[in-house]
Amino acid sequence: MLGNIKGKAGILFVALMCAIMLSPVWALASEVVTMDQIPAAGDPGWWKWPVILLFVTFVMGIIAVLGGVGGGVLFVPIIGGFFPFHLDFVRGAGLLVALCGALAAGPGLLKANLASLRLAMPVALIASTMAIVGAMVGLALPTHIVQLALGGTILGIVAIMLSAKKSTVPHVPQADALSTALRITGVFYEPTTKEEINWKIHRTIPGLLSFIIIGFMAGMFGLGAGWANVPVLNLMMGAPLKISVATSKFLLSITDTSAAWIYLNNGAMIPMMVVPSLIGIMLGSFVGVRLLKVAKPTFIRWMVIAILLFAGLKAVQKGLSTMGINLF
Amino acid sequence: MSQNTQATEEQVLYADILEKGMYAGLGLMIITFALYVLGIMPSIVPVDEISIYWSQPVHDYLVAINTNFLHWETLPTGWSWMKLLGYGDFLNFLPVAILSGITIVCYIVITPGLFARKDKAMAIMAIAEAVILTLAASGILSAGGH
Repeated sequence: MLGNIKGKAGILFVALMCAIMLSPVWALASEVVTMDQIPAAGDPGWWKWPVILLFVTFVMGIIAVLGGVGGGVLFVPIIGGFFPFHLDFVRGAGLLVALCGALAAGPGLLKANLASLRLAMPVALIASTMAIVGAMVGLALPTHIVQLALGGTILGIVAIMLSAKKSTVPHVPQADALSTALRITGVFYEPTTKEEINWKIHRTIPGLLSFIIIGFMAGMFGLGAGWANVPVLNLMMGAPLKISVATSKFLLSITDTSAAWIYLNNGAMIPMMVVPSLIGIMLGSFVGVRLLKVAKPTFIRWMVIAILLFAGLKAVQKGLSTMGINLF
Repeated sequence: MSQNTQATEEQVLYADILEKGMYAGLGLMIITFALYVLGIMPSIVPVDEISIYWSQPVHDYLVAINTNFLHWETLPTGWSWMKLLGYGDFLNFLPVAILSGITIVCYIVITPGLFARKDKAMAIMAIAEAVILTLAASGILSAGGH
């Protein structure tokens, strides 16, 4: 009974937070971007945005855990769309949000042998190199182009979330020559079936080539890339779902590191944005893990899709409005 | 569970270093942010003026803070933040650098073990990754402003 009430309260809380974030009132924040700000004197209300950022990223951390997505994929479109921060700084902070999440989870996943270093190393080499290129391109392109491309990518992620299937243990009849040569294989214990599962991968070359695009997009948009890593590792290369999810999470610690350096070296880091975001996301994640026991994952997943759809459309609208095209 | 399900020696070593770096970076970040936001350390851009700059593209932001506060001949990019570690806002770059740099250390540390086990392909990949991440960290690769 008590658990049921807690469950309903948890769902109600998350739904309320999403409704607030989807409200048009938040859209007003984006208008601040276009206003001329004259630095005549200090702003006594400077602390409001970091505090709002802390609160919103806290809610985002909860939703990210319950919706099974990374913090970065929610952070960049929502903060970029509805806050007065320039997209350059939002992408830099988004990379650090994804990086810190990966750093927090990575050691445990590696020690539990769920994340595979051997699988991650060739993938990371390609993805991190391309993330550097993506970050440099993203910082060099005009903002409205990046905004439009970001909106298109977010809408693409929504399509992937709606259509992608998952395979707990994909059927891999035979490991291919490259993965055999690199000894990318492993064994993990599945407690639900009390079985030791031997896994191997195939289609290694097309899988690795996919990470050229994934790495580029991770660096360019600061999104993290779990939404793309997992389908490629699981469905294309044939790694078991648990190994794919864990290796993807660990992989972000390498991919996002390379891009984060580019943003850091180009000065696209504002501590007043970065630190409240990291604290908010991490605290939200702790609460999210506790709510996970009582929340309904399907409902939350639909809510994440709705939020991303709205944020993606907002990014497209902002990009187009800069070009003088007003949709709404 | 059999021995087969255990992580390899390199994997555990990598995880241990990553964990230490993560705790060091996050712990330091909380301390440096407190020093900054509570005004214990002076900052280059006063906290009540930062909201004036964060809505500008990064290039314009750098030009503005250089013109208004730093008065340097070049913009404060690359590792130039090291010269400003005495200021709260730029001191916060230090934990970010630790969090971003720990992966390079992980790769360098596991490489000798990979060579010792004649795992040449993975060892070469580890060196290549360390070189790429070091190149990214070096500041040599800079993006054009927009």
